[in-house]
Amino acid sequence: MFNDKAVAIRASWTFMILEFTPDQQMIREEAERFLREKSSSEAIRRVVDARATHDAELWNSISRELGWCAMAVPEEFGGLGLGATEVAILMELAGARLACAPFWSTVCLAAPLIEAAGSDDAKTTYLGGIAAGEMAVTVAYADLSAADPAATVAVQATSTTDGYRLSGSVDQVIDLAVADIVIVPAKLDDGAVALFALPRNAGQKITPLNVMDATRPIASLELAKVEVSAACRIDQGGVTEGQFAEALRHANLGLAAEQIGAAQGAFGLTLDYISERVQFGRSIASFQAIKHRCAKLVVDIAEARSLVFGAAASMDQAEATASALEIAGARVLASDLQFLAAEEAIQLHGGVGFTWEYDPHLYFKRAQASAALLGSREAQMDNIAAALFSDGGRP
Amino acid sequence: MSDLNAFRAEVREWMAGHLNGKFAELKYRGGSGEGDALPDLRKEWEQELARGRWTCPGWPAEHGGRGLSVAEQVVFQEEYSRAGGPGRMGHIGEGLMGPTLIAFGTEEQKKRFLPGILNGTEFWAQGYSEPSAGSDFGNIKTRARQDAETGDWLVSGQKVWTSLAHLSDWIFVVARCEEGSVGRNGLIFLLMPLDQPGVDIHPIKQIGGGSEFNSVFFDNARAKAEHVVGQPGDGWKIAMALLGFERGISTLGQQMGFQQELDLIVDIAKENGADRSPAVRHRLARAWVGLRAMRYLAMRVLSDEPAADTRREGLAYKFHWSNWHRDLGRLAMDVLGMDGNVISDDPRRERLQQMFLFARADTIYGGTNEIQLNIIAEQGLGMPREPRGKS
Repeated sequence: MFNDKAVAIRASWTFMILEFTPDQQMIREEAERFLREKSSSEAIRRVVDARATHDAELWNSISRELGWCAMAVPEEFGGLGLGATEVAILMELAGARLACAPFWSTVCLAAPLIEAAGSDDAKTTYLGGIAAGEMAVTVAYADLSAADPAATVAVQATSTTDGYRLSGSVDQVIDLAVADIVIVPAKLDDGAVALFALPRNAGQKITPLNVMDATRPIASLELAKVEVSAACRIDQGGVTEGQFAEALRHANLGLAAEQIGAAQGAFGLTLDYISERVQFGRSIASFQAIKHRCAKLVVDIAEARSLVFGAAASMDQAEATASALEIAGARVLASDLQFLAAEEAIQLHGGVGFTWEYDPHLYFKRAQASAALLGSREAQMDNIAAALFSDGGRP
Repeated sequence: MSDLNAFRAEVREWMAGHLNGKFAELKYRGGSGEGDALPDLRKEWEQELARGRWTCPGWPAEHGGRGLSVAEQVVFQEEYSRAGGPGRMGHIGEGLMGPTLIAFGTEEQKKRFLPGILNGTEFWAQGYSEPSAGSDFGNIKTRARQDAETGDWLVSGQKVWTSLAHLSDWIFVVARCEEGSVGRNGLIFLLMPLDQPGVDIHPIKQIGGGSEFNSVFFDNARAKAEHVVGQPGDGWKIAMALLGFERGISTLGQQMGFQQELDLIVDIAKENGADRSPAVRHRLARAWVGLRAMRYLAMRVLSDEPAADTRREGLAYKFHWSNWHRDLGRLAMDVLGMDGNVISDDPRRERLQQMFLFARADTIYGGTNEIQLNIIAEQGLGMPREPRGKS
């Protein structure tokens, strides 16, 4: 999917000053303030301890009151028509506070797929519902760990007299147990891939999994000859590879933004802790060994954040070819950074770093879980290298 | 943006029309590590640039520049590098001395020195570092004593790592003018001709064999009374302000050079089969990713009113690019394999070999890695400052 991009990889060299607009800055400051209050450590722990699907109050505020889900939905479908940058700003902040809400799945996984491949009716219904804050939506990709999760399709759709019969199962669907709607890619008799939007009571079996990262719930989906009406099909004449790729760019960028946010959340815990901890009669933040490790994290944060927001800006300027690779790169940097920030949080907290009571473990588990989504760093690197060498992946 | 594209085309066209004939030999030469290459022709090239009004294009028009915007200056740097424009002999005058004089110089100083920089006829060296004042720049020992009769300043001491001093006409020197002063106090910023009795220049042979650095010894060398910038005692303030003028615009041009080096390594890996190794491919992919991030970081840093996060992360810029480049040097040699050990006049190989060696300096000059990390921790994160010993 990345072939023939070498020209773009070498020649893409335009210049802009990269900074948030006053509006973007305002969105950022307000969201930061809101999440600091509402997605506190106590709030996260209530969800984690109860093994709940999400923080209902938080999600209600985000979706209905603050309109975050409307941000990138086109105006004609009731959204604000803003871009990838605004979504990345919100995802970064949501990541920083490990916000327990189906925000990424709805806004970054599902909405872009509906926008890329949905029929006009589907856009009105589902993008409209998302923008209004009335529905959480997720997508049941067959293998969400693959760099191209649409490459395999796990569900078969057989035509019936007045609709389709869906059969198959998906091992892991993010936010499935909280989603009002799950979009299921399914293979038609003729081999084309269609999208079906299923409400919760369509006859599917949802089994929540006991996941290590309890801040992002996952459930398995089983469809045993589920009969659905023709109206449940929401694509227009089959989904193309390009439409999936377009949707997945948004999913990856949003995830990368969330990851760099989580890294900064973990780093914030570390900075707070080391500034209070005294050993040998001095703050441990005064030791150069510790200062330098923190400073190196700033370097990595600077690198990853720059690529995430640079790629978002490119995407907003419709530089699609370069941005696909930049987003792949952003995922690599974000995954590395998120893990490093989380492991440093544990190490620099010392003994309390590996207790349940302190928060680093929440970030550590999230880091590993997030890195496994939408392609390992090695798979992303393979794709970038294939473009760099314009050989489609030689070895 | 379209104006910027038109400007880009103008620069590209000018470079194509002028970096040829006798100047063709200069393409891709004189970069870091071989700053002393082809000096006479490169000085002529500076005058060619001046005729096209491409020296000092970022200076305000009233001082002879074009008053280009930041974006236009970046585009100029990029297209200059893309065309293979040689390392700039006039860089220190244009980027450091000129802006300092425009901000702090007297009218007479501006009238005397700016034209030579603009015309590419007078070249400058920077007299900052000393053997015992590297990272600890405040520990300057070079002394300046005022001659009671003339008011001139007599300078004695040693400067080191002085780029291109042996090919320059003038040097600006930070020296201690108050007996017994320590640290940032009691310093003076002086302008001195290099061709005078009492100045002794010794080139330093570098890791790659070239000599762009020097030791400069002063023994009662003279700076005229009217060649003090600011007041005696203002030396630290002027010296720090000078370092602030750079703003990183030229680093965008530098990144174009990095991209060329990366492209070169990719081409060689394809030719010699190093690209069959998934590990090598991943290292090159990681280098590409780092370069894209570096570029966006620079685009953030150049904001006129950087937000707090941008200011903090901007402190990481030097550490990021220098370590990236140093790693690229090793990657280049790993791709070359045993060929990398053989000195040849293949210009591609020579460029990468020089880069491999000289990139070791990237993480040392302009603030070592260790100093950069202190700056990030202390200024960026507000962590406690390093304790100071008794000097």
